[in-house]
Amino acid sequence: MRVLIAEDQPLLRDGLTRMLTAYGFEVVAAVADGPSLTPALLEHRPDVAVVDVRLPPTFTDEGLRAAIAARHACPALPVLILSQYVEQLYARELLSDRAGSVGYLLKDRIGDVGQFIDAVRQVASGATVMDPEVVAQLLHRRSSLSVLTPRERDVLRLMAEGRSNAAIAELMTITEKSVSNHINALFAKLGLQPSTSDHRRVLAVLAYLNQ
Amino acid sequence: MKDLGRLLTGAAIGLPAPFLLALFAVSAPTSLLGGLGIVLFCAAAWLLRRLADTQRARASVPSPYQPLQQGVLRRARALITDPATWRDLAWLPSQFALGLSSLALAVGLWLAALECLTAPLLGALLPTETGFDPAVLELTGRSTALTWLLVPVGAVVAVAAYRVPKHLVRAQARLANALLGPTSAARLSARVDRLTATRTAAVDASAAELRRIERDLHDGAQVRLVAVRMNIGMAENMIDADPSTAKALMAEAKESAGTALTELRDLVRGIHPPVLADRGLPGAVRALALSSAVPVDLDLRVERRLSAPVESAAYFALAESLANAIRHSGATAIRITVLDGVDALVMTVHDNGHGGADPALGTGLRGIQRRLSAFDGTLRITSLPGGPTTLAMELPCAS
Repeated sequence: MRVLIAEDQPLLRDGLTRMLTAYGFEVVAAVADGPSLTPALLEHRPDVAVVDVRLPPTFTDEGLRAAIAARHACPALPVLILSQYVEQLYARELLSDRAGSVGYLLKDRIGDVGQFIDAVRQVASGATVMDPEVVAQLLHRRSSLSVLTPRERDVLRLMAEGRSNAAIAELMTITEKSVSNHINALFAKLGLQPSTSDHRRVLAVLAYLNQ
Repeated sequence: MKDLGRLLTGAAIGLPAPFLLALFAVSAPTSLLGGLGIVLFCAAAWLLRRLADTQRARASVPSPYQPLQQGVLRRARALITDPATWRDLAWLPSQFALGLSSLALAVGLWLAALECLTAPLLGALLPTETGFDPAVLELTGRSTALTWLLVPVGAVVAVAAYRVPKHLVRAQARLANALLGPTSAARLSARVDRLTATRTAAVDASAAELRRIERDLHDGAQVRLVAVRMNIGMAENMIDADPSTAKALMAEAKESAGTALTELRDLVRGIHPPVLADRGLPGAVRALALSSAVPVDLDLRVERRLSAPVESAAYFALAESLANAIRHSGATAIRITVLDGVDALVMTVHDNGHGGADPALGTGLRGIQRRLSAFDGTLRITSLPGGPTTLAMELPCAS
């Protein structure tokens, strides 16, 4: 799988390159600043790009802007944004094209290597992956979620993070059958259209939370 | 008509002048008689101050008086040495003359206009001379043709009568401004006092903030990193002899490093929110609104990037106001407006909660006040019991 990395800190850039290579990815390019990111993305068309939000020259959010620009030119180009902090505003901007193949994770999550690699693969395969903290923030402000049972809230949270039914079942130590029962119940309660494709399901949940 | 009313009040304020001036005049020679004059003087000065304050309130001129001390003698001395007392004294006869003459002029103009306009009618009603004829009829010698000529003249006089009072009111306000307002020296010294106070508050606040950051780093991230190093070192030593313990130690190290990162992130957010650096005030306020548990309606009209300190002060003032509204007001809807007035940023946070916000009750509002005052900004709280609450903030931001 071909991956492009955009990260200005050499320590992290080399670390990411080493880790992804070890897990069988081919790093086609590793850029270190914002202006060269969009052209690199469009030139290499990687299977997935791992991009730091904050890049030179202004050290603000050019990673995000470059990724959005590249996805504008090449829809659904898979991009996983990494950041030292998560901001709902940015999550909303990333999701706004509703094309899927996006991820938005805290940099801390790189530490959980297995989960991180899994997230990169999911984004590459067209899924949507949101950091648990984004989801937690969204859940926190939705008072209408009080109609859900605690179980259903857990399922909703994991679903918004981009997990499949199988993964949710494993994490909650219940059967896949009861996961899909919970999902049907909560979709009905929230008035969402049932959906089977993972990323569509995530988008539906996020759209609901983001209202 | 409003202007005429104002002129009437202006004249009324001038009316006590002869009495007060006489009081002052009498107080000078009688002060030789066992200090009786001083009492008279003080009484007259006190009355004069009340009178001048009335005029100040009308012309919205700030009060220039130096604070009065305790004790009768000191108080008398302060009254006599305060230049504002003598400027009041200079204002008094001017206001008397200007007030009465303005009123006379305005009323005279209206009467003249009325007489000129109705001259033909008056001429018809009073064909022969009587003892109390209006003056206008004498002007034209009762010739009908010439009397008609008076009508356009009356119209012109009426326009003048309509326009002139406004200027007279303004002249009186200008007089009050010149003689009743603080002198520029007094104004400067008051400003220096205020700046000294706000600077001290700002320095104290930033020192306290630095201490808090130092403490947070010292008790938080630093400790965690020490633990991480320790765990890794131990794991390194026992990785061959006891791989499973080494693995557990590594997992612990990973956990501690993660916690350290979380703490650092929260700390950074508190110092300068990254989204503020990225997107400026509008973006940061939008992000604030997104994370609010209560729906927030936004009206943001700021196009340019403000200077970083102003941006940060504005952001934290708004964040604190929003947090206050969510925490204490029980509001179900909040509205934030930010308007770039070129010279100043005008911000309001309005909620439909139960009101009763009072800076004396909590530290939140005082904190906002302190943050704004470091930039010469102001906070105005409108919060009746039962609500709603509006915080109106102004932050000078001329670049």
